[in-house]
Amino acid sequence: MTSCIRRAAIVCALLLVALLVNATRIQVFQAGSYEDNPANRRQAIARYAQARGDILVGGTPVTSSEDTGEQLRFERRYSDGPLYAPVTGYASQAYGTSLLENTEDEVLSGTDPLLGPIPGWNDLTRDRSPGGRVVTTINAAAQQAAYRGLGSRKGAVAAIEPATGRILALVSTPSYDPGRLSGNGDSVKEAWAQLNADPEKPLLNRAIHQTYPPGSTFKVVTAAAALEEGVVGDVDRPTDSPDPYTLPGSESRLSNEVDDCEDAPVRYAFEWSCNTVFAKLGVETGLDAMAGMAQRLGFNDGGLTIPLPVSASNFDTKMDDAQLALSSVGQFDTRATPLQMAMVAAAVANGGSVKSPRLVDRTTTDDGSTVRTAGVRTLRQAMSPSTAAQLRELMTGAVEEGTGSNAAIPGATVGGKTGTAQHGVGNTGTPYAWFISWAQADGAPEPAVAVAVVVEDAAANRAEISGGGSAAPIAKAVMETVLNLRATPRPDPRRDASAGGRPAHRH
Amino acid sequence: MTGTTADTAAPTAIPAVRLPRRRGTELGLLVLAVLLPVYGYCAVGLAKSGSIPPGAAGYGAGLGALALLAHLAVRIRAPYADPLLLPIAVLLNGIGLVLIYRLDLETPADRAAPTQLVWSTLGVGLFIAVVVLVRDHRVLQRYAYLSVAGALLLLMAPIFFPAVNGAKIWIRLGGFSIQPGEFAKVLLAVFFASYLAANRHALAYTGRRVWKLQLPTGRVLGPIVAIWLFSVGVLVLERDLGTSMLFFGLFVILLYVATGRTGWVAVGLLLAALGAFAVGGLEPHVHSRIEDWLHPFASIDAGQGPGQLAQSLFAFSAGGMLGTGLGLGHSILIGFAAKSDFILATAGEELGLTGLSAIILLYGLLVERGFRAGLALREPFGRLLSLGLASIVALQVFVITGGVTGLIPLTGMAMPFLAQGGSSVVTNWIIVALLIRISDSARSQYDGTAPP
Repeated sequence: MTSCIRRAAIVCALLLVALLVNATRIQVFQAGSYEDNPANRRQAIARYAQARGDILVGGTPVTSSEDTGEQLRFERRYSDGPLYAPVTGYASQAYGTSLLENTEDEVLSGTDPLLGPIPGWNDLTRDRSPGGRVVTTINAAAQQAAYRGLGSRKGAVAAIEPATGRILALVSTPSYDPGRLSGNGDSVKEAWAQLNADPEKPLLNRAIHQTYPPGSTFKVVTAAAALEEGVVGDVDRPTDSPDPYTLPGSESRLSNEVDDCEDAPVRYAFEWSCNTVFAKLGVETGLDAMAGMAQRLGFNDGGLTIPLPVSASNFDTKMDDAQLALSSVGQFDTRATPLQMAMVAAAVANGGSVKSPRLVDRTTTDDGSTVRTAGVRTLRQAMSPSTAAQLRELMTGAVEEGTGSNAAIPGATVGGKTGTAQHGVGNTGTPYAWFISWAQADGAPEPAVAVAVVVEDAAANRAEISGGGSAAPIAKAVMETVLNLRATPRPDPRRDASAGGRPAHRH
Repeated sequence: MTGTTADTAAPTAIPAVRLPRRRGTELGLLVLAVLLPVYGYCAVGLAKSGSIPPGAAGYGAGLGALALLAHLAVRIRAPYADPLLLPIAVLLNGIGLVLIYRLDLETPADRAAPTQLVWSTLGVGLFIAVVVLVRDHRVLQRYAYLSVAGALLLLMAPIFFPAVNGAKIWIRLGGFSIQPGEFAKVLLAVFFASYLAANRHALAYTGRRVWKLQLPTGRVLGPIVAIWLFSVGVLVLERDLGTSMLFFGLFVILLYVATGRTGWVAVGLLLAALGAFAVGGLEPHVHSRIEDWLHPFASIDAGQGPGQLAQSLFAFSAGGMLGTGLGLGHSILIGFAAKSDFILATAGEELGLTGLSAIILLYGLLVERGFRAGLALREPFGRLLSLGLASIVALQVFVITGGVTGLIPLTGMAMPFLAQGGSSVVTNWIIVALLIRISDSARSQYDGTAPP
């Protein structure tokens, strides 16, 4: 009997060992995969157990966290949701995060190792640092000016400080209140479904995630390439340009919406936006030089992050001359985000040097000590300073003499370029109104702001749509605000018939 | 637990020398066994509200008083008893109360700890009663048939009460629900031990021999198989697979130890396999448990969120090596039965693999002391009884721990001492009292002052 009891005891011991081995398997070896299982709420509980760090604009938080007392305790709140939605994005318990809430999530949620006292400390103590702060480069007044300027129209604005790449305004309309997506209840589900089903696509950040045909604003790039290649010696000498221009190797003819474009000098063609001159100029400059300039300015770069990932703007690198001619006036397959066109204007304003655009100035811990600072980073020298200087002259002329007169600001030098881009099958879609510009206050050493504005549905009447009429006043409001030259509110410049001089011009 | 040191006591014991009684050791260990849960209780309060809970002193005093009374009873009536048994029981019961109290904080509307404390007090009371009143465990042998009658009565009683959560194992009286099957375990162990002690030679050596198996005569085998079939039948009717498996395992172990016939184990395992296959395939309640075990995350893939077993596995894995700390885990996500069947998940999450292993080893030690008491005895009834009682604990721990950690299919069963459940805690105190009584007999027989 004794030996039987011993054997029974051995069986019990084996059962005990089996339990311990299995517990080790679950608690040590499987722990990682179980922890990451999306159905395991522990990570979510820990994530929302503390207040999320805030996103700051001009030193003031535009976000906050509310203790709901539920299982997922803290919910995101936005003090000026629709205005800053293209910057902050949303932080939803049900649908994840977007934009800065997404890219800066580690800092905001307190998991960034640099937030802890020493790296690795939080892993050891199973603790989480208080959520850090993200200080943006946004200029609150400029953002508001851009948002108000777009009003109820669909469009986007991107404004950059040319010398540093700091993004001063990033607006997309129609917008939405990201606070509606913060929680995880039924109202959030409804809001999510409604926002996603909305044909106006309020969740789309048009400033960085939507590409548009840039239209005549692309003539800045064409002019830069032509000047850089020496195709144009003197901008005031008449060019050998027919009107209309027959696209090389085809029967198609390109015409102008303004007079006097035949053999017009580049200055006139730029100020009044002659398609024929620039189409021919692009072909003369050649595909390689055109594509090279576009790419140095940021086209075809899918890897740009500000730190939000920016959609790649496109300039085809394999085309025939007819396609190159159309591309040179911002049509065919050429597409650009508003931010990309702001970068073009900024490069011109900054002597040809393209600074990496960025939205985050620095991140800090919750008590304000700096975690990371973003420095000025030069992406490329897109063109020589002398080419940039010539372009500034051309752009200034477009505002002082030509199509961009609605953007003129007393007390500042403003350079700009209008654009009205055709799109849709057979160009039947409502054209996009573009305006890109930069402004330098009198007496200031350098331009302080570069802006790109696109208005998608500028007016119900196609004939009234133009870059100078719809988009330029918005750019002007933003530039005035940044330069701090904003005078007392004036009558809507769009209604000011005396401002244009030649209001019929569309390109 | 291998019991290799158990029989060294026999040759070294010299009748004229007085054996150390080790009551002081027990008292010292009891102090630790009371202080540890009190510390845990304070840790829960500090983690949840940042302050020591107001009842800490009272809780410590209450647990201490219970332990002291039990100790006095042992000191007076069972002075040679194993000094580890009582402290282990007190410690496990204390940890159980802390874990239930900790889970109560997540469910303010449903507080289980006060009730559990009442049941624990009742359990210690019964422990003292058994230690004081049962002067010699051998008297139980006389009540073998009374025991089995009582066990069957207890097992059948819940059939006349409504099913709770798919299993008919409860009797609801007033505000209390009782699981009579828990008490039946002890009675059946007494019956099995008594019957097998009386008939083991007949079972082992008589009857026809078929191939390598020695089949006993029907006269000997009949009653025991009938009773076993009946108890298992009742349990299948009540859909309580866990207790059914426990009885079956107990029966096979005792039969094997009593007769020394490996054939019984083979037959038992074959029967178990057949039964498991049949019940698992036919009975929907059991079938779903097996499906859960094979595919714990199937409900997640189906978009219905994690099931109980998945939540339990999440809880264990969240604990990792060192645990989150008492009060800082989220095992309440398991939902239903978090305080009873799944109480171990809370231990695993908040105390980690370290704490969980310590708890499992405490059970291992408890079982080992039971086996050792049996080995030290010379008469078969006591041997079989202590072995049976220790096996009940071992099997329960294996079935429930294996179930909640996904080692074997989950069956509803109470973790001894830890889990919420009055009947279970009372029964386990009785088991420990009987082991104390048996170990006292086992050791006192070697003492020069004790009767031979």
